[in-house]
Amino acid sequence: MDIRDGLRYTHEHEWIRLEADEGVIGISDYAQEELGDVVYVALPNLGTRLVAGQRFGEIESVKTVSELFAPATGEVTAVNEALEEHPELVNESPFDDGWLVTIVLTDPTELESLLDAAAYRAELPAAD
Amino acid sequence: MADLNGTLDPPDGLRRLALHEQHVAAGARFAPFAGWEMPLQYRGIVAEHEAVRADVGVFDVSHLGRVWVRGPQAGARLRSATTFDVTALEPGSAHYSLYCNEHGGIEDDVFVYRVDDERWLVAHNAANAAADFERVRSVFGDAAEESTGATVMLAVQGPRAPALLTALVGEAYTSLRPHGCIEVPWGGSTALVARTGYTGEDGGEVVVPSEVAAKLWDACLDLGATPAGLGARDTLRLEAALPLHGNDIDSTTNPFEAGLGFAVTLDDGAPFLGRDALARLAENKPARRLACIRADERGTVFRHGCAVLDEEGRVLSELTSGAYSPSLRVSVGMAYLPATSISPGTRLAVDVRGRAVPAEVVRRPFYRAAVRKGA
Repeated sequence: MDIRDGLRYTHEHEWIRLEADEGVIGISDYAQEELGDVVYVALPNLGTRLVAGQRFGEIESVKTVSELFAPATGEVTAVNEALEEHPELVNESPFDDGWLVTIVLTDPTELESLLDAAAYRAELPAAD
Repeated sequence: MADLNGTLDPPDGLRRLALHEQHVAAGARFAPFAGWEMPLQYRGIVAEHEAVRADVGVFDVSHLGRVWVRGPQAGARLRSATTFDVTALEPGSAHYSLYCNEHGGIEDDVFVYRVDDERWLVAHNAANAAADFERVRSVFGDAAEESTGATVMLAVQGPRAPALLTALVGEAYTSLRPHGCIEVPWGGSTALVARTGYTGEDGGEVVVPSEVAAKLWDACLDLGATPAGLGARDTLRLEAALPLHGNDIDSTTNPFEAGLGFAVTLDDGAPFLGRDALARLAENKPARRLACIRADERGTVFRHGCAVLDEEGRVLSELTSGAYSPSLRVSVGMAYLPATSISPGTRLAVDVRGRAVPAEVVRRPFYRAAVRKGA
């Protein structure tokens, strides 16, 4: 299992990566592994304002459906349209091609309250 | 941690499969099902599903209840317990049948194998195995032999399954017609091989004593079968529109509305539990029918219990099964619909957490294997 350094994680297994003043959001490798085959991702429209800790979409696998929670507050500036036809990208590449949305952060200091890679790793059940 | 999985006691008093260690070694993720700790998936549900549709997969279905009955009167006795006239079965063949209650409701669906003149095997759903065994025992007494724990049952399914099974047990398999069964010497013991399954693909099911089961499992993997779990078993059977007891059929649904009239024999006049109710039900066309519903486009996934709406948004019923179909790449489901709403093309919507997803009634099944050799 991959836990990538340099990202911030939520307790609900989303990650956010700062690129200039934008935050790229996705779900962790652990999360995609737990969900199993992702077959649909419901994402917000461009311009939607996400609020830290609030639900912003849904991710569905063959087995189950899970809510997505915003790691930080900000306006959606891009949505990963490739997921419409290829939701399996979330499984294959959770930290890269399987990203979900980008937002312009309202308050970049919000990220300080999120988990770093070491703290996130410590939260997960012991790995196989 | 992975190897601890094999040695710790199963959680919550679940029964553990004889091949548990083999499943751990194959990378299984387990889930409780009907009192058993079952492999839910190995590599992934979609990959396993696709392996069965395009190649060959192997499932451990040892959780299915298995009861042997025997004797010159066994067929007639068994007939009094189930809806189908099993006495009409030739030795070496099997048939789908039902256990009904006095109202004609389905208490379980079963497979009856007439192995030879006087020996019969009945396979039950795991969730109903205890009640089903009592039903057989009420007819046979102590002569009913429970063999679930002493044997292992593997389902080998997919277009390459016939070749694999032929390699495994020889020409005896090739000689089987669909639903045929035969006993063959195998691994110093005896294997029961049947050309049956629950995926809509050709292939078969093999029952062997637990002592030689690991050898059978390993042989399947050596011949290239992909281990497949309950997750893929469910999406495969739903694409084939095969009902799951407890979801699509239960004690409140009758065989005719479920499209299972082929499992009910009334014209031999033989008595069985539910016969009078079923005879009355057979006089009229069912007011509702179990129908196949397919989403127009890829999107949110249909799940068991979602409301089914007509074009005006009125609730017609709810999905008895729902899933993402890996073969069709859209959501599919089944629901009991009024007889006026079952024609293919009938426009519907399925309410998934407040969203009305456009869908329509399609012909049953959702998926049909291209060629069934020997069919």
